[in-house]
Parts: sequence; structure tokens; C-alpha cells
Amino acid sequence: MILVVGEARGGNLNRSSWEAVAAAQQLAGGEPVAVAVLGANVAAAAAELAHAQVAEVIAVENPALDPYTPDGYVVALQQTVEPLDPSIVLLAHTYQTRDYAPTIAARMARALVTDVIRFRVVGEERRFARPMFQGKLTADVVPLGPRPHFVTLQVGAFRADQAARAAQPAPIRSLSVQLEPGAIRQQPEAPFQEARQAVDLSQASRIVSVGRGIKEAANIGLVQRLADALGAELAASRPICDAGWLPMERQVGSSGQTVAPKLYLAVGISGAIQHLVGMKGASTIVAINKDPDAPIFEVADYGVVGDLFEVVPALTAALKE
Amino acid sequence: MTIGVCIKQVPARDWQPRLNEAHSWIRDVDVAYEMNEPDAYALEEALRLKEKHGGEVVACSAGPARVTQVLREALARGADRAIHVEDDRLADADAGVVADVLALAMKHEPFDLILTGLQSDDQGSAQTGVLLAAHLGIPHATIIMDVQVDGRTLRVKRELEGGWFQWIAMGLPAVLTIQSGINQLRYATLKGIMAARKKEIRSVAAPPRLEPRQKIVSLYAPEKTKKTELIEGTPAEAARTLVKKLRDEARVI
Repeated sequence: MILVVGEARGGNLNRSSWEAVAAAQQLAGGEPVAVAVLGANVAAAAAELAHAQVAEVIAVENPALDPYTPDGYVVALQQTVEPLDPSIVLLAHTYQTRDYAPTIAARMARALVTDVIRFRVVGEERRFARPMFQGKLTADVVPLGPRPHFVTLQVGAFRADQAARAAQPAPIRSLSVQLEPGAIRQQPEAPFQEARQAVDLSQASRIVSVGRGIKEAANIGLVQRLADALGAELAASRPICDAGWLPMERQVGSSGQTVAPKLYLAVGISGAIQHLVGMKGASTIVAINKDPDAPIFEVADYGVVGDLFEVVPALTAALKE
Repeated sequence: MTIGVCIKQVPARDWQPRLNEAHSWIRDVDVAYEMNEPDAYALEEALRLKEKHGGEVVACSAGPARVTQVLREALARGADRAIHVEDDRLADADAGVVADVLALAMKHEPFDLILTGLQSDDQGSAQTGVLLAAHLGIPHATIIMDVQVDGRTLRVKRELEGGWFQWIAMGLPAVLTIQSGINQLRYATLKGIMAARKKEIRSVAAPPRLEPRQKIVSLYAPEKTKKTELIEGTPAEAARTLVKKLRDEARVI
């Protein structure tokens, strides 16, 4: 059996759960697929997942699972996984998964392979491809030791719309888990949003985005002028916002906004995974970078390998011709 | 308070990847190494906490002899002493092995708090800090953007996705994985570099048997998902060609 662990917050299912279902169906090769979802009240999320072509949906409920804590989830998931004895436990590589998947792998003394983008089955062996060295290389890795192996999937690497759906909903099994009051050591407060989202980059049709290659804050104007000439919004990769050169609300990537403009022009951005997940849905991607091996070129439609301090002013001038 | 900081040495940011003959790891003879950037932020946060609350910062790293470079740098920036789990087998070890050996070396230290980066710029597993907390039997929180210590209570700001945050309280000792950008990094002063020479780096042996959790079958250049059309010429020529293509081919301007 392959067990998928879905992610629900406030009763709403995270879209990446469907990506994990799709991956599990592709990986299964005849093994049944089951889906578990954890929380205080997961009836709606479980009902949604029951539309997938899976053997069963397991609703793992306990009032102490809301709000999320790593300690609560690990205890609950261990009680879910052990009786099922799956070959693989699949989870989306979300911030929440990153917070507790290593703990359950350690508690059960099992292997965990993270951030997987693809897999290949060679004989009996399942090989999982994952980025390494900031996406400069990809590694095919095999988890070692007794099963289950825990595997997390890069968000967006598998397509939710490829998950097979069944004509009849799958059975939903309710599983109540034991959680000692003292088992949860973290006391979380309510989530909040810090930056006023005055800039909604998700609605922009053209975006010019700037990265480390710009070297210093004083050079941002160069890219701003290009954005103005294109009628584009200015955005940035994380290091630029960390340095305070542009406000956090202009950050594109896993910790910032996810965008899908007609045109995304990346200036001096190497293309770390955390950035790519926020922009690879753009229809046309242009990259200007001095390093021909920069991962940004893997997703770009058009590329200019060169010094941005020469190319950007030339491009601004060419747009005005 | 006694604060441990786990630091990894990784290839420098501008390193051009080259593979070994077996295509199982990188060819490390021609690699320039540096401190993993998220770990540098963890170190900075530890130094700031020490300045506020007093105590000691202990830099910890697992790796071959070359790793002393980043430990020496941590000492130069203000760490008080260092622990080095030294073994050539740790050069390409997975996060499971790294956490195992760090836990063995760190469990007898009186750490109130352990900080490390949220992930490494080499393997990028995002596991080591969380595994370490599990091995040491202490709570953890990940992707942290603010750390407040009040007596034996910790209050941290955890980053969620899409610009959301959350405060979490827990007791000490604990492990936190630190997000890049939590603070502004300091650099070593000449005085710091001089002082670092007299500080202790204690070398600890790794256990004879390591327990890898994964095997790298092959390492290769990423498969492109799109065919990139590279535009050649002088900057002015490339710019004109690009504008034409964006107008006539892609029709996005």
C-alpha cells in the first residue's frame, strides 16, 4: 500500500494533496493507494478526497490536532501509519510537512527523501529524483532501510488534474487517535499576515523581477526603468527583500507571492527552487543572467547570457525605439 | 544561556558543478567551500541572543578536515568554541547521518537552545535540525523569523506560506531552524580573526558504523522542462532581437 497524507487547514484541503494523490497513483504499480487526512474536523476534506480513485480515505480526528503542532501530528500519524504497514508514505513538501516529517521518520527510524520532483521504477527499485546544490544538479536517490519510506513531493512537480477520480466515492474510515495532553510541547498562536498586501502581483500581466545579480540597492533603479518601459510590476527574489532593497510584499516564491503573468522577466536571478515554484506558471519567461548554467534557464523561453548592467539598459532603450 | 549552532560547509554560490567519475557525487578537488547561508543567519541570531542574555555560543559541524574553515570563521564572528565531528565519510553524508553524529556529539553539552539553518545549499533536505531535536528528545520549530527568550520560555515567529506567520511558545531546551533574512549578518573583524586563533575546536570521532538513509544512484544536470531560445549578439543586438520576439512571437508586449 501507498499512503498519501493530505493537508487540510481549517477544514480546507491544500491543493498539493491532490498532487500527492496523482503521484501515488502513478507510483503504485498495482499496490492500493490510501489517503489519510488529519485534524480536529476533517469530514469535508475527507469527502473531497473520497472522489479520488483510492482504496480508502482515513479521517484521523482528535480535537488536539487543531491547531497544527508537529508533536500532535507525529503522534497521530504514527498511530495511522503503523497498522497499515505501507511501502511508502507520500506527503507534499509544504512548510507544514517540513516541520514534522523528519520527526516521524526519526521516531519510526525510517528513511525520508524530501523535495522529490519525479520518480522512476527500475526493476524492484523506486528511484526518486530531487534537486541538489540549489537546483544546479538533480540526484536520483533510493531510500534505504526498512519500509515504510517517507517521501515528500515538491509542490507543483506533479499535476493535481492528473489524479484519477472514481465514479463511486471511496469509503471513508474514521480513526480516532490517542493523544496525551502532555505530548504537545508547542503552543501556537493564530496565524497572521504581516505585510499589507498593497501589491497583488498575482494579478499583474507583466512582471520584471530582480535577484542577487543586481549587487546593491542603488542599482534597483536600472530594473525599475525596464519595468516602467514594459508597463510591468517590479518584483524580486527573496535575498533582495531580505536585504530590505525592496519591500517583502514584492517577493515572488514559496515564502512570497505565486504569480502567473503573461511575461515574467528575471534579471540576475539564479533560479533557486524556492523562487521557481512562485513563477514557473508564467506563460512567457525571459531570463537575463551571466551564468549560462543558472537553473533559471531551465524554465526560461528566452535567455540572454550576459552582464545585466549592459543588457538591461539596452533592453530599456530598445523598448523605447 | 548556552547556544549550539549547527553549521554546514557547502560549495560556494558561484561554483560550477562538476561530477566525479561515478556520477555519484561532485568532484570536490576543485570546489571552493563556504558557510551554508541559512546557517550563517542561525549563527548571527545566536550571537545576538548571547549579547542580550549572556552565555556561550558553540559552533558545531560534521564533515571532513576542511570543515574547520567554517568553524574558524564562526569563531572569528564571535562564537566561543567549536565542536567538529571529523570524518571523511561525512563529506557526502545524508541528513540522517549528519543528524545522528551531531546528536551523539552534542547530547552531553548543556545546550539551552540549538539553532541551525532551515536547509543546506548542497543537499537541501531540510531535515537535519528537526531530526536532531527528535534524537535529543526536545521540541522544535522550523523556518523561524524571530526568536524571543524570557527565562525558560521561548517565543518564536514561524513563517508559513504565502506571507503568513505565526507565533509559537515552547519551553527550553529546544531546536529552531532559522530562515534566511531573520537578521543582518555581521562579518568577522580583524580582531575577531585574531581572537579565533586561540579558541578551541574540539574534534570528535564519528561512530565506526554510519547508517545511511539514502543512496545517490546518479547525479546529473537537470532535465530542462522548456527549450530555452538563447539570444546571441552584443547587448544592443540581443535587446532588439528579444523585443522583436516578445512582440511578434510570444505577443506579450
